[in-house]
Amino acid sequence: MAEPLFSVRRLKVALPDMTRKPLIGRAPLVEILKGLDFDLPRGSVTGIVGESGSGKSTLGRALVRLLEPSAGSITFDGRDITHLPEAELRPLRRNLQMIFQDPMSSLNPRRTIASIIAAPLKQNGLGDNLKARVAEALQRVGLPQSFASRYRHELSGGQRQRVGIARALALSPKFVLADEIVSGLDVSTQAQILTLLEKLAAEMGLTVAFISHDLSVIRRLCRQVIVMREGVIVEASATDALFDKPQQAYTRDLIAAIPLPEIDAGWLDIPAAAKAPT
Amino acid sequence: MDEGRARRRGVPPRLWLAGGWLLLALLAAIFAPLVAPQDPLAQDLMLERLPPFWMAGADPGYWLGTDSLGRDLLSRLIFGGRIAFIVAFAAAIAACLVGSALGLIAGYFGGWADRIISRIVDVWMAFPPVLFAILLVAVLGTGLSSVILAIAIIDWTRFCRVIRAETMGQSRMDYVENARIAGYGRIGIMLREVLPNVVPSIVALLSLEMGIAVIVEAILSFVNLSISTDDPTWGGIIAEGRLSIHQAWWVLVFPLVTLILTVLSFSQFGEALKTRFDPVLR
Amino acid sequence: MSAICLDIRDLSAVLPNGQRVLRSVSLAVQPGEVRALVGESGAGKTMIGKAVLGVLPSSVRIVEGDMLLEGEDLGKLQPKARRTLIGARTALIPQDPLTALNPSRRIGPQMTDRLVRILGWSGEKADTRIRQLLDEVQIRDPDRVLKSYPHELSGGMRQRVLIAAAFAAEPRLIVADEPTTALDVTVQKQILRLIVQLQREHGTAILFVTHDLGVVAKISQRVSVLYAGKVVEEADTAALFAAPQHPYTRALMAATPRYTDPFASLKPVDEAVLAGLASEIAAADQAWRRSHG
Ligand SMILES: Nc1ncnc2c1ncn2[C@@H]1O[C@H](COP(=O)(O)OP(=O)(O)OP(=O)(O)O)[C@@H](O)[C@H]1O
Ligand SMILES: Nc1ncnc2c1ncn2[C@@H]1O[C@H](COP(=O)(O)OP(=O)(O)OP(=O)(O)O)[C@@H](O)[C@H]1O
Ligand SMILES: [Mg+2]
Ligand SMILES: [Mg+2]
Repeated sequence: MAEPLFSVRRLKVALPDMTRKPLIGRAPLVEILKGLDFDLPRGSVTGIVGESGSGKSTLGRALVRLLEPSAGSITFDGRDITHLPEAELRPLRRNLQMIFQDPMSSLNPRRTIASIIAAPLKQNGLGDNLKARVAEALQRVGLPQSFASRYRHELSGGQRQRVGIARALALSPKFVLADEIVSGLDVSTQAQILTLLEKLAAEMGLTVAFISHDLSVIRRLCRQVIVMREGVIVEASATDALFDKPQQAYTRDLIAAIPLPEIDAGWLDIPAAAKAPT
Repeated sequence: MDEGRARRRGVPPRLWLAGGWLLLALLAAIFAPLVAPQDPLAQDLMLERLPPFWMAGADPGYWLGTDSLGRDLLSRLIFGGRIAFIVAFAAAIAACLVGSALGLIAGYFGGWADRIISRIVDVWMAFPPVLFAILLVAVLGTGLSSVILAIAIIDWTRFCRVIRAETMGQSRMDYVENARIAGYGRIGIMLREVLPNVVPSIVALLSLEMGIAVIVEAILSFVNLSISTDDPTWGGIIAEGRLSIHQAWWVLVFPLVTLILTVLSFSQFGEALKTRFDPVLR
Repeated sequence: MSAICLDIRDLSAVLPNGQRVLRSVSLAVQPGEVRALVGESGAGKTMIGKAVLGVLPSSVRIVEGDMLLEGEDLGKLQPKARRTLIGARTALIPQDPLTALNPSRRIGPQMTDRLVRILGWSGEKADTRIRQLLDEVQIRDPDRVLKSYPHELSGGMRQRVLIAAAFAAEPRLIVADEPTTALDVTVQKQILRLIVQLQREHGTAILFVTHDLGVVAKISQRVSVLYAGKVVEEADTAALFAAPQHPYTRALMAATPRYTDPFASLKPVDEAVLAGLASEIAAADQAWRRSHG
């Protein structure tokens, strides 16, 4: 089998903890990611799930090298990018895309949607035919063309999210990290986006890391799943195996907490064992 | 419900008032030789302390009356406006360029750049501004350019502090990282993405600073440290008016009112501009 | 007998180009009720919440309709009185956590400010309450979180901070705009439990915007389904899940993914349903134009 697009070995990321910064001198570092190992095969969609605050977005930022790892290595497309300086990363950026978790703040308030989608195209030498490319990008995510001239505050939450998706995919990257990109979309729009990702993965060899809390979507979309908690991978396996035979207690808890769309009066009751003694 | 909710579109009244006054004062200052009814320097002891037009004993050629040397107060205010506006624009723009640039760098790059710039600002702010100004003019010598320079040297910190904080807030937004993902360099992001988002604050501060420069210039004139005493300045007129407050209150009151109106208008105008510049608030 | 907590009657709002974004929306939330609001992305769910709280963008204009908060007609109040009333009785969990927080202030003061300033609590009381709530929303390290800046928290932590801030004041009505999009299912379950507790102990009513029909099924008593600014179906939750009436609701239900049967779901709404919706909207607009000259 071909070499994977990403190989991540013993990846650690530490960030300064500003809340414990002494008056003079540097803030102490806290380790957010505590040694992760995994591969992302080319053209695959890998789900990343886990507790809120477990480090999924931080992992995403490290993969696209918005953050520099403190230890370990990241190999992308056969090249070690762990400590590449910003200038050498720039030519790779086109292929290292990330769609951010918070759609509002990831769009510049002073730019129109058209200019937000066009900027990375221009910067990466895809500036010809800009109008047509922008139009196509909007159309792919199901946004009307009239949105090109709007500003971010004139869109709904889900529409903003789709602008972020359009912007990243317009570059036809090799890799995209999708951080919680469908939780703000109604199910039929979700279907459209997921179909688009599946198609790009199958036809263009796009590799996707798909961070999501929606395990039903994960099961539908992803071939393999990584479960994270407190900065470590607690379980990683093929999707069906994970859902059918979860190995770890945390994974079982997660699956048990999925709300299925059916009435169940007792669902919210706290199981007797977990009740705190009064 | 309808009319209660319907928001007024277009220009808010305070912008009209503030902008109107500034425009009037500016035009009067620019065309001072044409619009001033009298020569501002012409003394006529026969005409000393004429009251304003509505009071008994007023002279029709001297609308706001005359001072103790018989000079026309209105003409002096109009000519004084020239210096006020030159100082306001030049000093505020100079302070703005220096302060905003340093603030942007400190806020965006953080680290060493921020530490050095912030330390300088702290040291600067430790001086009481008016004393600092008097000291600077004493060193630089009197004259228009040293007044401008002094104000810029003192007040760049106002821009620096505000723009630094604002830039820092903006830099924490994901759109800045998104621009890195798009392949932009650090300086490109600072200028292309962050700067436009702090422009409304810069504009508001600039306008406010113009008002402040007018006050500082008046204070310097008041203590006789501005430009040559012959040219009428608002501060100079106030200083003279203070001496004859019991005989001719108007020589003090009219320049004070002019000064206050101008300063308030500048700050109101700035706030209003800020809202209009902001696509979110608009 | 208690008054209806939130009563929206025939609310219509238009964009500057004259297009209606809210099409005669009526919606009543009883005290202690969780009302789910679901619908297409861009249907106007956030708009309804903003209209109630009086924070619509200035380009959107309400052209018709009344909104009553616990019997008080918001449209008849002076702006100041309206703000005070809304500030004291309602809270919002906004859709965009990061933009709703001030990037240059620490979380702690941002959370206590509202309690101290608007509700006149003592700083100490506010602090205790906030800590208690952070614990209940399963924030592990409240000290660190309170001292952090918003960008130093994860998406889900920011969302929980805003949930805690909204719950803290025990308002009569909470507008929760997709409050659990960034939360893993175990934390989400805990938040839903908290909502039920709040509802039982204080009779808080909640307007709960979400795309997750699983959450709707577990927590709400009634559901309104919105499409293009129009309420196309309104029903008791149990009835809606037993027998959805409107074709759009049925399409949504069919498209909702289940991990137990992933490939049966996630399909776009089909053309016939969309065409039906389009003509329904057009007919409503025509009728509205006729009656409004
Ligand atoms: N800039 C930062 N400085 C300090 N700590 C940070 C910073 N960014 C994130 N953290 C911390 O790192 C941890 C992981 O955050 P991350 O955003 O990666 O979580 P996540 O898995 O994406 O969670 P969620 O599902 O809630 O979005 C959190 O405890 C967070 O507070
Ligand atoms: N300031 C504005 N000017 C013009 N149109 C706007 C403005 N704000 C929102 N809209 C439009 O109004 C419609 C309703 O937006 P709203 O935010 O209420 O949608 P929503 O139902 O909350 O959707 P989502 O689930 O995606 O958040 C959208 O189609 C949006 O594009
Ligand atoms: Mg995250
Ligand atoms: Mg919304």
